[in-house]
Amino acid sequence: MVMEVNLISKEKLSKMGSMEKIRMILDSVKEGKIVVLETGLTPEEEAKLIEVTMLEIDHQNFVGIELESYPQKEKSFLSRILGKRQGRMTIIGPANKLKTLEKREDLIRALIT
Amino acid sequence: MGFFAGLKKKLRFLYRLFLRKDKLKIGIYGPPNAGKTTLANRILRDWVGEIIGTPSEIPHETRRVKLREGVKIQVDGKSITIDVVDTPGIAAKVDFHDFLKYGLSEEEAKRRAKEATEGVIEAIKWLDDLDGILLVMDATEDPYTQVNVTIVGNIEARKLPLIIVANKIDLPTASPARIKAAFPQHQVVPVSALKGINIDALYKAMAEKFG
Repeated sequence: MVMEVNLISKEKLSKMGSMEKIRMILDSVKEGKIVVLETGLTPEEEAKLIEVTMLEIDHQNFVGIELESYPQKEKSFLSRILGKRQGRMTIIGPANKLKTLEKREDLIRALIT
Repeated sequence: MGFFAGLKKKLRFLYRLFLRKDKLKIGIYGPPNAGKTTLANRILRDWVGEIIGTPSEIPHETRRVKLREGVKIQVDGKSITIDVVDTPGIAAKVDFHDFLKYGLSEEEAKRRAKEATEGVIEAIKWLDDLDGILLVMDATEDPYTQVNVTIVGNIEARKLPLIIVANKIDLPTASPARIKAAFPQHQVVPVSALKGINIDALYKAMAEKFG
């Protein structure tokens, strides 16, 4: 079995809008690919990703996503002032192909089948 | 998130801070089967003598947001009036095959799955209309799931007051300490919504946090 894994850099993600990221993720995942984001998504983007995923579940070929990310670090003073939040490394894949084995604050173990 | 969305959130936070409402909308959130409806029923039974829904061992039993307005909670001379918002369980996947093992027909399972996806969307949208959150976690399960992390992140981003309810402490494998360790920045109240164990501590925490 061959699985494609797309690792998306921080630089590429920083140039993308929220919906652009979500569309790119879902298009890849629906094609059976695993997506790894270097900087991940904000909590709001994760919620939006779940919302859009729910809209696109067809109960046959696509039943949803497996999404795992590290929790956000404490915000710096500057980011507190600017109100900016940045996600951390995140892995997303089709729910029927990616299974999380263990998740800790600094470790994510996953199985790709 | 755009500038205006951020500004809207900050204004909402200031509005909540300075213009306290007589009635607060408190959302009960969590993953499927954490005991959200059981907790909503416990609160309503204790304070208004009714229930809001029927819990089930089949996941996604609650597929529409349910609202009960004007529930007055009185603890130690302090009282708060809340609207209880019982929400469907939040999940990133809904597979109808998971419902077949509970004896549902394929048609019923597919209908339930479709309604469940709509319920997840509705639950997420409700986050923007609430004044506080009770996040229910099953204390017998690993709390460090992405759904819990995402919900907590969204509550923090909206600056909503949050109490984590470590539910099902009547079960022998329950470990509220594991939840406290996973989310040390938030107040965790261990309860059994089903048996009513330690429920007074939750009411006290609600009166202090939301009042």
